[in-house]
Parts: sequence; C-alpha cells; structure tokens
Amino acid sequence: MTAAHLPSNATIHDQYGTKSTASRPVTAQESAHGSRSGQTNLIPLLEVKDLGVSFAGRSVVQNINFSIAPGEKIALVGESGSGKTVSALSLLRLLHDAQVTGTANFHGSEGRIELLGLPEQTLRGVRGRDIAMIFQEPMTALNPLFSVGDQIAEVVELKLGLSRGAAWNKAIELLAATGISEPQRRASAFPHQLSGGQRQRAMIAMALACQPKLLLADEPTTALDVSLRGQILELLASLQKQNGMAVLLITHDLNLVHRFADRVLVMENGLLVEQGQVAEVFSHPKHPYTEKLIDSRPRRDVLDTPAEPDSLPVLKVEHLRVSYPTGLPGFRGWFRKGEFVAVQDASFSVPEGRTLGVIGESGSGKSTLALGVLGLLPFSGDMLVAGQSWTGQISSDKVLRRALQVVFQDPFSSLSPRLTIEEIVGEGLTIHHPGLDQESRRERVIKALQEVGLDSSQNPGLLARYPHEFSGGQRQRIAIARALIVQPRMLVLDEPTSALDVTIQKQVLQLLQGLQKERGLSYLLITHDVDVIRAMAHEVLVMKDGLVLEAGPVAEILDRPRHPYTKSLAQAAVDFSLENQGT
Amino acid sequence: MNTLSLSPSQRAWRRFKRNRLGYWSLLLFCTLFALSLAAELISNDKPLLARYEGQLSVPVIKNQPETSFGGDFQTPTDFLDPFIQQQFSRPGNFAIYPLNPYHHSTINYFAKEPNPSAPSAENWLGTDDRGRDVAARLLYGFRISVLFALALTAIGVLLGIVTGAIQGFFGGKTDLWFQRFIEIWGSMPELYLLIIFSAMFDPSVALLLVLLSLFGWMGLSDYVRAEFLRNRQLDYVRAARALGLSNWQIIWRHILPNSLTPVVTFLPFRMSAAILALTSLDFLGLGVPPGTPSLGELLAQGKNNIDAWWISLSTFAVLVITLLLLTFMGDALRDALDPRKADR
Repeated sequence: MTAAHLPSNATIHDQYGTKSTASRPVTAQESAHGSRSGQTNLIPLLEVKDLGVSFAGRSVVQNINFSIAPGEKIALVGESGSGKTVSALSLLRLLHDAQVTGTANFHGSEGRIELLGLPEQTLRGVRGRDIAMIFQEPMTALNPLFSVGDQIAEVVELKLGLSRGAAWNKAIELLAATGISEPQRRASAFPHQLSGGQRQRAMIAMALACQPKLLLADEPTTALDVSLRGQILELLASLQKQNGMAVLLITHDLNLVHRFADRVLVMENGLLVEQGQVAEVFSHPKHPYTEKLIDSRPRRDVLDTPAEPDSLPVLKVEHLRVSYPTGLPGFRGWFRKGEFVAVQDASFSVPEGRTLGVIGESGSGKSTLALGVLGLLPFSGDMLVAGQSWTGQISSDKVLRRALQVVFQDPFSSLSPRLTIEEIVGEGLTIHHPGLDQESRRERVIKALQEVGLDSSQNPGLLARYPHEFSGGQRQRIAIARALIVQPRMLVLDEPTSALDVTIQKQVLQLLQGLQKERGLSYLLITHDVDVIRAMAHEVLVMKDGLVLEAGPVAEILDRPRHPYTKSLAQAAVDFSLENQGT
Repeated sequence: MNTLSLSPSQRAWRRFKRNRLGYWSLLLFCTLFALSLAAELISNDKPLLARYEGQLSVPVIKNQPETSFGGDFQTPTDFLDPFIQQQFSRPGNFAIYPLNPYHHSTINYFAKEPNPSAPSAENWLGTDDRGRDVAARLLYGFRISVLFALALTAIGVLLGIVTGAIQGFFGGKTDLWFQRFIEIWGSMPELYLLIIFSAMFDPSVALLLVLLSLFGWMGLSDYVRAEFLRNRQLDYVRAARALGLSNWQIIWRHILPNSLTPVVTFLPFRMSAAILALTSLDFLGLGVPPGTPSLGELLAQGKNNIDAWWISLSTFAVLVITLLLLTFMGDALRDALDPRKADR
C-alpha cells in the first residue's frame, strides 16, 4: 500500500516543487494591496476578505484582508488579545458561538471553495486534508489515552483511506520525517512518555499526514524550551520546503518571525495594522504599533560599574542543596522515600545593587533555587543574608524576612483574588510594622504604588479595587509594590516578565532597572529568556538538571560560552536587531 | 463601565440575582421560613386577643383557666369548646382567633366526621388519624425540618471546613492519617448505628442532630481539603509566606476565603439532603419523638391510611416544593460561583 502511494506523493512533490519555484517573492507594495493585482501565474492559495469575528455581539476581529500564496511562509504577529488566534481558528470555523463575516477563498484540491460559507460536512473534509493545524500545547492537543502512532494512523486512515496496517506504517514514516529518533518505538508511546519537543514533532507529523496545502501553526514553539524552539522551527521550515505547503505561523515572538517567515502580518486590537515583506517591515515599520513591537526588545540600562569589592554581599550562598522526597516503586516505597535533588551544590553571592541572573530551561531547578533562597523549601548549605545566617524559618528570622522579598511569574495567581489592592500591598506592614495606624499605613501603600507607576489619578478608587480589574502588567506592578513596601534589600524575581506581552515586559523591566538604580536593590533574576538576562544581569548562572554549569559576568558567559549547553542557549537567542544593527 | 469596585462575593451575588428562578426561590423560601417561624401566630388554638366581660387578655402568651371565662374547671381553657365559643359570642365579648385555629397538637374533638376526616371548612387539609389538623402539622413540621436542616448544615460545614483545612494545609502525614481515619469512619453503617442508638436512648431532635453530624461532615471535608491543597501552593500564598505571615494568618486571610466556593455551592443541596434525611428517619419511626410534628411522620400516616389522600398528598406537595426551591437556589448559586462563566 505504501509503495502504491509513494509515486503519487512524488508527483505532488513535483507539482509543488515547480509551483514554489514559480512563486516569485511578493513585493511589499503588492502584498499591502492583498497581492491580487493581475498575477496570472500566481493564484493565491487563500484569499481572505473583510474577515470579522464577534462573540455575542462583541467584535474581536474586524476587517482583515490578506492572502497567502502557495508555498509561502507567512507570520501573523500580535500581542495576546490582538485576535491573531481567533482569526486563524475562524478560517476553519473552529470557534464556538462566534459570528464570522467576510469571505475566505481557498484554492484546494477541489478547486476554489469559500471556507466561511461551506457546509459543515464539506468543511470537515477540508480540515486536515487541505488545511491542517498545530497547536501551542502538544500535551493537551494529543489524546492521552492513545499512542501517538495510533492518533496519526487514525488521521491517515480517515483521510487517505488506507488500511489499518498501512496507516500504521505511514505513521512511522511520518514520525521519521519529523526527525524523531527510533520512530518505530516512539509510535507506540503515549503522549506522556514523550518529551515536549517530541510531542510537538508528533503533532506536526499528524498535521502533515495528508500533505496539506496550508498549515496553520498557532504558537508552535511557545510551550517549548528555548533550545528546542530553534529545532522545531527548522523542522517546520525544512518540511515546508519539502512539501511545498504554505505556513501561517501565529506568534508573538519577533525573533521567530525574522528567522522563519517571508511575509508578516501585524495585528493590534483585532485590526490588521501592517503587512509586508519581513525585512521591509522590520527595517522600515510604517505603523506606530509595529514600531513599538520591534522596539520592545529589553534594553540594558543598569549601573555597570563593578561593585565595591570589600562591601558585604546582600546574599551569600554556599553549597546550597534542595531536594524533594519522591515515592519509590514497589514494596520499598512503603517504608522509604526516594529523593529527587533539584538543586545541587550551588554557590554564589549577590553584591548590593547588582543582579545575578539564573538561566536554564524548565526542570533545570532554577525556580527551586529561588524557593530555597526564600526559605520556602527546606534546604541544606550555608546562606548568609546581609551577613547574618539565614534559616528561612518564620519564627527565628522574621526580621531578616524583610530583607528578602519575591515577585512571581504569573500575575494572576500571585495576588489573592478576594483582597483589595490596599489589603494586598499593605499586608507586609501589618507584619513588620504592626504599630502603624490606618492613616500612615495607607500613606505608605499609596507611596509604594506610586513608585511602581500606579496612581489613583489614572485608576480611580485604586486602593479599594480587586486584582481582577487590572491587566497582567498592572498586576505585576502591584506584586512589586507588595514586595517593596517592607523595604527589602533584595528581590527574588522568578520569571517576572515571561507571562507578559513583549511591550509590557519592556516597561516592567525598565521599572525594575529604575528601582535598582534608585534604591540600590539587588536582584536574583530567574528566567529562561536570554534577552532579559542580557538587559538586566551583571553576573549569570547557567543551570541544567539541578547543576550549575557555568557562572561569571554576563558578557563573558553569553558571548564566549564554554559549555555546549550555554552555547545552544546563546545561539537560540541570536536576534534580528543585532543583525540589523549594521544597516 | 462601572467605576464601583465589587468584591468577588458581591459579583457572585449579582450573578445570583440575575438568575430569576434561583432568586425568586430564595425569596419564596425565606418568606415561607419566616412565616413558619411565626407559626404560633398563624396556626394556634388560642386566640390572639380576647375580651371577656371588659377584661382584655392575650391567651396566646398566657392561657388562663377556664373559670376566668365562665367555665367550670380549673384546667387551661379549650377555646375550641362550643361552650367557650358561645361565651365569647355574647355582646361585648370577643376573641380574635389566628388564621388557622388549631395548634399542631390540638385534637379536634368536635369534628363532624371520624378521624382522619376529609378537608372541610374547619380543617382545610383535613385531620390526621388522631384528629389533629393537617395544615397546622405541616406548618410546624416544615419549621422543624428547616431548623433541623439549618443546624445540621451549620455543624457539618463547620466540622468539614476545620478538618478539610487541617488536612489540606498541613498535608503529608497529617493528611495521610486523617484520610485513613475518614475512610474507616465513613464505612461505618450509619443507619444501623441510628437504629441501635434510638433503641438505647430516648429519641430526641438533639440526639438525631449529634448522630447525623458525626457522619455528615465527611463529604464536605474532601472538597475543602482539595481546595486547600490547590490554594496553598499558589503564588499569593508563597508571597505571603515570604512576607513572614504565620500559618494561622495565611489560612485565615488567604486560603480560607478562596476555598469556600464548594462550601457555599453545596449549602442548599446539603439543606435538602438534611431535610430528606430527617423525613426518611421519621418515616421509619427512628426520628423525632412521638407527638412532634414532622413531615416524615405525616408520610407514615399517609401510608397507613391510604384512603386519607389528603394526608399523603399535602405532605408530598410540601416536601416537593421545599426541595425544589432549595434545588433551584443551589443551581443558581452554582452558576453564580462558576469561575468559567463570564461576568456581564
């Protein structure tokens, strides 16, 4: 069966091969006008006109016009809530309770079809066969009860009408094409037995099962570790070239756009504000929002003079070790507990007014390191906070607690939803300054909020509001104010900006830089983002699997990495603006 | 945009009010309960106000002997006695009777039919097999059921929250041992214990309350435990710990208010379950002491007197309406507290 199918595949390849060579690069001028002006040799694969999406009368996407040529790599960028995912999902009518207006003409295997007006029955045939989709989180997009091979084979069976056995062989073939090692064995693995990167590869294999003409990739790398992102992107690019399909990449990451796409569409608040060739848009953005987006790379603005060598470090850690108890398999587990060492033998010190960046992928133990330093997890090793020994116990170290405060990643879970802003920010005062009366406490709360840029003039009734009324960036500012109010000497920042949009991230980083200069705060900055480290840190610690691989001044580590892992990290973040700086 | 800031509970209340069925059920239920609390003024065999030969008296509060109304005996006055009624119908005398002139314990000796007698102008819903007014017994029975349910729910919720909070917050060994205890405790045959205890002690409402409370808290404690386990590792709790709050402050200020959603959602359903439990125990004769007005006892009478359709039918109606109102309220409350529902 497979052999019978191979020739037909080959012809498809040929056909696309010629097509993609024929597709000359679209100039910015043409694409801005929807590239529909008399191109006889190039019928757009997909032509979207006046697309609008609204939920229960509330419009989220309006007036979207764009077209995709066969074999084109196009990126759709925008911040969260800009409507980029909604626009893509609406093309396949995968949104529930949405009213979609406009037209989307698709030139598929059965000639021209209008996706938005198609009966559900026919559309189901188009999904997967002509247009396929991959999602952000492969763990939730794959069914946990079936092996990945089964799931891919099911698609093949349904869409190509192969027999069960042939479909399984085809599935293995597809998996092999995505570069998964040992595809025979992996095919019978369940989603949870695969790593994040392997899962995403399996998703891609499933999406490509029928050689679709168009692949919608919704943030395909966002849930993956930095070092994997590049690999997945390369895979997509090579498969795109092989199959000659068009790819619509939805992302918020401009680095990805720059590396991957030919053309870019920029969305803001449900409107398509700019489109054109990637190089053109990036070097000469026309719309102010595009400019803002390109300018959103965190910029370094910290004191770079070396710290006074004889001053006492705010935090000095030696041989820190943090471990979790884990269950042992079988009968042994009844009586003994295993141990998972999340942080092994970490030693570092943070001088006053300086930032120590900790970088590593998920599972490297960097967040555990933060919790250990805060005394929120039991640890062993020596820790000195401002020269005093620190045990992390509430009872004995209450005074020292003030010196060390924390800002967490997720601005939605870091504020208690049932307390007002005044209660949240003022909480530290009730612990560390119990003598303050209502008035002076309120004064300090207002002052702390002003310091993080929240003012009651812009937000009337600020103090009496609840967290749900604020945006992610504002919540993060509130969380910083809560930490600042007890006048700490050091902040532990656990991925402080990774849940925020890029433009907001820049603002929050600027705020943190300003506070450091003003107050001489020290930061322990935990992140997976090399850009953030470059902008903020003086020294950097590279972690992997609980071990510190490398440590030293930031310029040295990132520009002349010694360890291969650090090299891959630094490479993954090589960015467009550095390349553009020459021009 | 509304500039007024609403706390999450205020928003939940708004969403609750937007559900018409649930909101009106709540109002109706509260009205019925308030009326039943004033049952003595609505359904009683003693007049609210009486004047006898120029003397004003309030028999509802203080019943005088029959002699003070011209009778022959020193015993408390029976105001349904035709002789006494005749006394009050004389010019200058009057007695204002409650709406339904029967107490739940009043036996109508002057009914025109044998007991149980069918509904008539005197006994609107007829009488039971001992000649007591069914309407009066339903009113008082409803009151006892709801009061009992409130008390049982309150005790169960309190125990459930305390045990769930301890398990969830401290986790580890505490949780493990408590969970094993709950498993053993939960597998005790509740009904047999009730039968044994009702044989050992004199039946009373208090005994029932204690026995049912002993087993009623477990369902809720599981939910509170799960909420605590989830909330205690959220970032705001970690931030509070980093600020130096004590365990007690963290539980009280941060975790508990955010863990009460399942508790509140279950309140009406627990109420209806408690009412049903009391009714079924009474039906089996294991419940409240004899003579106490109760819905279950009325149902048992209905079963024993199949011909007296008015007993079973009216009790059934009261039960169905009560449980329906509670269910509607519970549904509305669940929707109001559902975090996935949009707030518009």
